Amino acid sequence: MLQSLLFILVAGSASWFAWKGFRQVWLNIHLGKPEKVAGNAGERWRNVFLIALGQQKMFKNWLPAVLHLFIYVAFVITQVELIEIFVDGIFGTHRFFAPYLGGFYTFVISSIEVLSVLAFVATIIFLSRRNLLRVARFQKPELKGFPTRDANLILLGEIILITGIFCMNGGDKVLQIRGVEHYHLTGDFAVSTWLGPALFGGLSDAAVVAIERFGWWLHIFTVFGFLCYLPYSKHLHIILAFPNTWYARLTAKGHMENMPEIQKEVRIMMGLPPLSPPEGGEGGEFGANDVFSLSWQNILQAYSCTECGRCTAACPANITGKKLSPRKVMMDVRDRAEEVGKEIASGKQQAASYDDGKSLFDRITPEELHACTTCNACVEACPVMINPLDIILQMRRHEILTQSAGPAEWLPMFNSIENGGAAWAMSEAREAWRD
Amino acid sequence: MLAKTIAELQSEGRTPEILFWVGCAGSFDARAQKVTRALCEILNHAEVEFAILGSEERCSGDPARRAGNEFLFQMTAAMNIETLNMYGVKKIVTACPHCFNTLKNEYPELGGNYEVVHHTQLINELIANGKLKLKEGGDFKGQRITYHDSCYLGRANDVYEAPRALLESLDVDLVEMKRSRKNGLCCGAGGAQMWKEDEPGEKRISLERIEEALETNPTAVVANCPFCLTMLQDGLKAKEKNEQIPVYDLSEMILTRL
Repeated sequence: MLQSLLFILVAGSASWFAWKGFRQVWLNIHLGKPEKVAGNAGERWRNVFLIALGQQKMFKNWLPAVLHLFIYVAFVITQVELIEIFVDGIFGTHRFFAPYLGGFYTFVISSIEVLSVLAFVATIIFLSRRNLLRVARFQKPELKGFPTRDANLILLGEIILITGIFCMNGGDKVLQIRGVEHYHLTGDFAVSTWLGPALFGGLSDAAVVAIERFGWWLHIFTVFGFLCYLPYSKHLHIILAFPNTWYARLTAKGHMENMPEIQKEVRIMMGLPPLSPPEGGEGGEFGANDVFSLSWQNILQAYSCTECGRCTAACPANITGKKLSPRKVMMDVRDRAEEVGKEIASGKQQAASYDDGKSLFDRITPEELHACTTCNACVEACPVMINPLDIILQMRRHEILTQSAGPAEWLPMFNSIENGGAAWAMSEAREAWRD
Repeated sequence: MLAKTIAELQSEGRTPEILFWVGCAGSFDARAQKVTRALCEILNHAEVEFAILGSEERCSGDPARRAGNEFLFQMTAAMNIETLNMYGVKKIVTACPHCFNTLKNEYPELGGNYEVVHHTQLINELIANGKLKLKEGGDFKGQRITYHDSCYLGRANDVYEAPRALLESLDVDLVEMKRSRKNGLCCGAGGAQMWKEDEPGEKRISLERIEEALETNPTAVVANCPFCLTMLQDGLKAKEKNEQIPVYDLSEMILTRL
């Protein structure tokens, strides 16, 4: 009874904190400009199933892909056990489903155990890749401080989760074998049937009961901890990867978003009739310098980023020592959305008139933007279809069109195109090569 | 004459089946001009009725748009579309992947709808339907050659096989670089980088790429883009290998077999 009350209290407050966190993420994403994404439902579902659910793009690099798959499948299948933990927690029952499901129950829990062992191994390898082997993409400057702690904390949390499962199941098996009341038989679990007696076999009944309860509470506490921490962590990708792949652009990667507002002005200036359907768009500032001028989809992508750095590892500018890192661009957009969101939530600022004297340009410098070759390697590399290039190009547009800034070396090229129709100033005729 | 302008052709009462979009590099850059001439010779050999725009062609707008100058892009694009539509152009071939991408993917929403193909695709087509017959043997047979995927033909438009099919028809011994196809490494020229110095860093992108190409120990490096040609050649110069290892466009290799 006491345990039930405690469980309901913990579950209730965790849900409340988590809801607050997720709501703020939702609000921050919608700081961006509305952009209607629709159509091609078939292709979008295909992306969700193959790329998010099926992790197709992870398998470009099979070792991390397989390890990641262990953790992912273990996570998904453990949610089945979570249902039982909730039922047991609220009603004070013990392994509620076991008597009803019989052999199938044994099978499900055994699968969870096998996957948990695999996930445990994967987590240890991931921790060593980050901290001992020091894989290059985890050592970039943008990961200093919180991002590195964030990654390690998540991996540590996974180890705690798995420890909880084996304390709980292992203790249970020992008590079952001893025929202790309340611990009904569940059949042989793949791992804890031998692991339980090996670890806890020499302990008294009371001690084993305490270990079983400790495991149960440790597991569920960590689950709630994860839930509350997710909105503040890169680990949010476990949820947002799905909407992100759904909303990802389907046009050829080489296609740059059109600016109908400029198209309209140019056509008027040139005395050309408007195109039908009429080009819309409003004037004012062109390009993006803040979360307000990006699309909400760009910000969703920033929150979907788990900072794996495959984009940065593929970026020709970064590879050759330039300051540009596509991952940093995504992290900067998320950090800026967090900063703006906090100011608005605290009532200090309003979205419509927001001005804190800062912008995305305080985080992403022109040097970074100018280093991009628009090669799309970052876009291709992302396992969840994030597009850093789109943000870089929108910021370049702001630089040129709104700030009248940008590399001075580009001016002769602009002038030649405008005045001579060619990207270089040439004196001979365009078809002179024929002669 | 290698090629007639569409205006010249029309004055003879003829309409071309395809327009050859030469591009700025193809028109003015000495190295790219060779590719332009090679493609004209191939088209003439295959008896394809084609024309160029000549002085009526303007920059497609790719570097302006990617630099961020949307006004300039919209202007130059609108002028090109006016011209192309006035001549009733239906199909376009270009040897420049940047022009290819802009015309194919970005002109339609500005009112320019054409079937746009890259020259490697068109040459394949001509070989497949028997209009172009390659002679047996040739200089490249059995040669160890590596192929560089340009970003704007490759990742931007998913064209990976057409150029490789041409290499196969040339009987070369194709050796892929570590980073190829979807994972190909940029030459460093895209996104209007061609018109500026590299940002501060450890090395030039072109050097990184050519070092990877040299790892395959090739007798020649093959590209499909005028900017890649320049960058790869610069890289070879920096490595002092430009005397031994040539950089070819695919059309130049095909031409030797006609």
